[in-house]
Amino acid sequence: MAEPEHNVDPDLTIEHEHTTHSNAFYIAIGAILLVLTVTTAAVAFVNLGPFNPVVALLIATIKATLVVLFFMHVKGASEKLTGAVVVSGFFFLAILLSLSLADYLTRNWR
Amino acid sequence: MATTSIPASQAPGSTTKLNYLNNGHTLRSWLLTTDHKRIALLYLLSVTAFFFLGGFFAMLIRLELLTPEGDLMQADTYNKVFTMHGMIMVFFFLIPVVPAVLGNFLVPLMVGAKDLAFPRINLLSWYLYVIAGALFLHCMLNGGVDTGWTFYTPYSTAASNTNVIEAGLAVFIVGFSSIFTGLNFIVTIHRMRAPGLTWSRLPLFIWAHYATSLIMILGTPVVAITIVLVAVERVFHLGIFDPRLGGDPLLFQHLFWFYSHPAVYIMILPSMGVISELITCFSRKRVFGYKFVALSSIAIAVIGFLVWAHHMFVAGISLYAAMVFSFLTFLVGVPSAVKVFNWTATLYKGSITYATPMLYAFGFIGLFTIGGLTGLFLGTLGIDVHVTDTYFVVAHFHYVMVGGVVMGFLGGMHFWWPKITGRMYPEYWARLSALLVFVGFNLTFFPQFVLGYVGMPRRYWQYPPEFQVLNVLSTAGASVLAVGYILPMIYFLWSLRYGPIADANPWNAAGLEWQTASPPPTFNFDQTPVVTWEAYNYDEIPEKELEAPVAQ
Amino acid sequence: MHNSPATPGSTAAQTVAPAATMDHEAFNPALRHHFADAQQQKNAASLGMWLFIVTEIMFFGGMFCAYLIYRVAHFNAFAAGSQQLNIWLGAVNTAVLIVSSVTVVLAVKAAESGKRKVLVGYLVVTVLLGLTFLVIKGFEYAEKFEKHHVPGPTFNFTEKFDDNGKQIPVNPKEAELFFSLYFAMTGMHALHMIIGCGLFTGLAIMAWKGHFTSDYFTPIENGGLYWHLVDIIWIYLFPLLYLISRHT
Repeated sequence: MAEPEHNVDPDLTIEHEHTTHSNAFYIAIGAILLVLTVTTAAVAFVNLGPFNPVVALLIATIKATLVVLFFMHVKGASEKLTGAVVVSGFFFLAILLSLSLADYLTRNWR
Repeated sequence: MATTSIPASQAPGSTTKLNYLNNGHTLRSWLLTTDHKRIALLYLLSVTAFFFLGGFFAMLIRLELLTPEGDLMQADTYNKVFTMHGMIMVFFFLIPVVPAVLGNFLVPLMVGAKDLAFPRINLLSWYLYVIAGALFLHCMLNGGVDTGWTFYTPYSTAASNTNVIEAGLAVFIVGFSSIFTGLNFIVTIHRMRAPGLTWSRLPLFIWAHYATSLIMILGTPVVAITIVLVAVERVFHLGIFDPRLGGDPLLFQHLFWFYSHPAVYIMILPSMGVISELITCFSRKRVFGYKFVALSSIAIAVIGFLVWAHHMFVAGISLYAAMVFSFLTFLVGVPSAVKVFNWTATLYKGSITYATPMLYAFGFIGLFTIGGLTGLFLGTLGIDVHVTDTYFVVAHFHYVMVGGVVMGFLGGMHFWWPKITGRMYPEYWARLSALLVFVGFNLTFFPQFVLGYVGMPRRYWQYPPEFQVLNVLSTAGASVLAVGYILPMIYFLWSLRYGPIADANPWNAAGLEWQTASPPPTFNFDQTPVVTWEAYNYDEIPEKELEAPVAQ
Repeated sequence: MHNSPATPGSTAAQTVAPAATMDHEAFNPALRHHFADAQQQKNAASLGMWLFIVTEIMFFGGMFCAYLIYRVAHFNAFAAGSQQLNIWLGAVNTAVLIVSSVTVVLAVKAAESGKRKVLVGYLVVTVLLGLTFLVIKGFEYAEKFEKHHVPGPTFNFTEKFDDNGKQIPVNPKEAELFFSLYFAMTGMHALHMIIGCGLFTGLAIMAWKGHFTSDYFTPIENGGLYWHLVDIIWIYLFPLLYLISRHT
């Protein structure tokens, strides 16, 4: 190695090896995702009143979380930075959505 | 051995020592370089070209406003001129100027790295800038755009018959240039720091660029998709933002300002980083409250995302949302004030040298304070109703964006000029130009506060005669300002050949970039430095001692 | 510069990574000169990819924001437009993408364990699934053309919003807005799918030629991250566009 001592900051030292799962594990996650897809499509035909969008988006979020954690290996990543990057992305998206909506939903208040 | 100073009798180019400038002289070695320092110089050339082009349009505006009548140009032409001025200055000058020039040059040097993390992406971002610039020039020569730099709908999508799409495409592309720069900086700062260079030892310049990069990454994509939607609406005559077709023009403004307000912090934060370096070096003191100054950069970046609708107070947004956004706008004042107070506290009992970079730093503090405080006026709902779309707003954002950014940029250019070129600039002329810029700037823009307050609207090519005195003052100031900007161009070019040779650390400054040769070798450091000291350890640097390199 | 032999004992790849230039320290052909070691290079590439993913989230976020606000503003028209979408094609496409995500993650695992042929196989299957998605999407778009649901001069929307049996007429201009956003969002997503298919074709060719080893497969990993991101965007587009207005 050309640089013998490059490991001072913990940010640089931690190895980025993610925990690898077995093929069966990944296929199982995929199966769960497929089941959730069928579920969400089926629930769309049941009248839950205002809860239809809630359930649909909840299921979507569960699916997205599964993909992020296991397929994109955020869970088990030995450093927290990756998770922080993902969370900050969704956080600022939430700012965009919520503060814009704050305007639209209160337009008619008098 | 990396840092032995160059013999004074020889020009840097003629020494046997290889540096990034004499390591290859072909055009190819520049246009296909992946050296961050060369890319910084490429950016410097292109950004300067756009600065003078934008300045040319500014002079046209000031000349037209010299008299109350619309005598120099037609109203339509005037619309195009101020739009060109705004778009060029915002997208092609202010946003890239400090990060892409000084940041590109200094970030790897300051963190002790050989280059940015993705050198080829860095080069790509310059090419994207050039492509966008060429596209914009083409659009300009084909009649230009007249929407104002803000592309407001439905005018831009349904009414304007100018080259909106081409200008939008140029902004889209230059946006990706900025995204790639930001991405590169964040990865470099996270992954490429030299051993021992912990986060709490980073120069404040790096903190500022980190915060800037966050905004570039998080904000720019939103304006990109917004511009795409404008183009789609214009081409296919859809109604995404057109109220006649069910759309809402205010949604455009929300999406646009979600980026474009934080973009103001993209412009100002890197300059604030420059000022932190200048103030500490020329007061010979550690910065007062390092952690607060560092974290205030991050705070400005984050809170900056929460305030965008203060551009829309009179546009018809809900009163309650306006109150929330007004409150959040005041919050930005806190980290900004932390910076100003800590800089002044750093000056306290410092041994201050009035070198040119320090003059610019003083100018920055004064102008930014005025610009920032008038921002609080504008964030106040009642006053905003009175002065929206007047010259008060114009004066406010020029104080922040020109008074802040350009002062920081010029201060930084003077400070790091010996590092970049290996030559000193002429101090006398530099001080003169700093003075001219400061006086000319205030003469140009202070009258505009008054003009706006008494009711002169922005973006008009004619005005009632009672406004003429202040407008003449403003135009006179602009001429002084122009001299102040052209002067550095001349003496910087002069110094390339005739300037005194600079050694590795002419300012006796702290910071890794001063520990390598001037100009630095291609890979910055012959040996990766190991950092064992805190940032700005001026109390540990004996006078004129750091000139001798740290022996490795 | 293919001339530098790997240092004995190093686990470097036997072939050169794309366009790796070596000015010094040429012991690992995939290692670029300005990194201290392969681990640092890999960490940098990974962080860079994640930051790019954040920019993509914000890029699509602008359209999600527009969709959200207009759905609130023009609820009936958006619900009526949504009821005209083919939920089955949407669901099948969701399933196709999920399966492709599984093949991607299996490809990354194959790359990690250095199984070249398995890797190429999964990459090819992924591309095929991506193309399947695009073909199904094409059928959906064709259906929109037939029903005159494509925004523009030929747009025609006479369908009513079926609110649990109540037939509520809607403003066709507002329905056109729904389809504008439908085409903008799914079109931008499809563009990302096309780019993804091209990317994975390139990766498959590189993998076939043996560019990747169990020590160097960063492009596979980062390409995989991109593919999963495109999958996640669809995971949200599916309920937002197809599902949540079936019943109110």
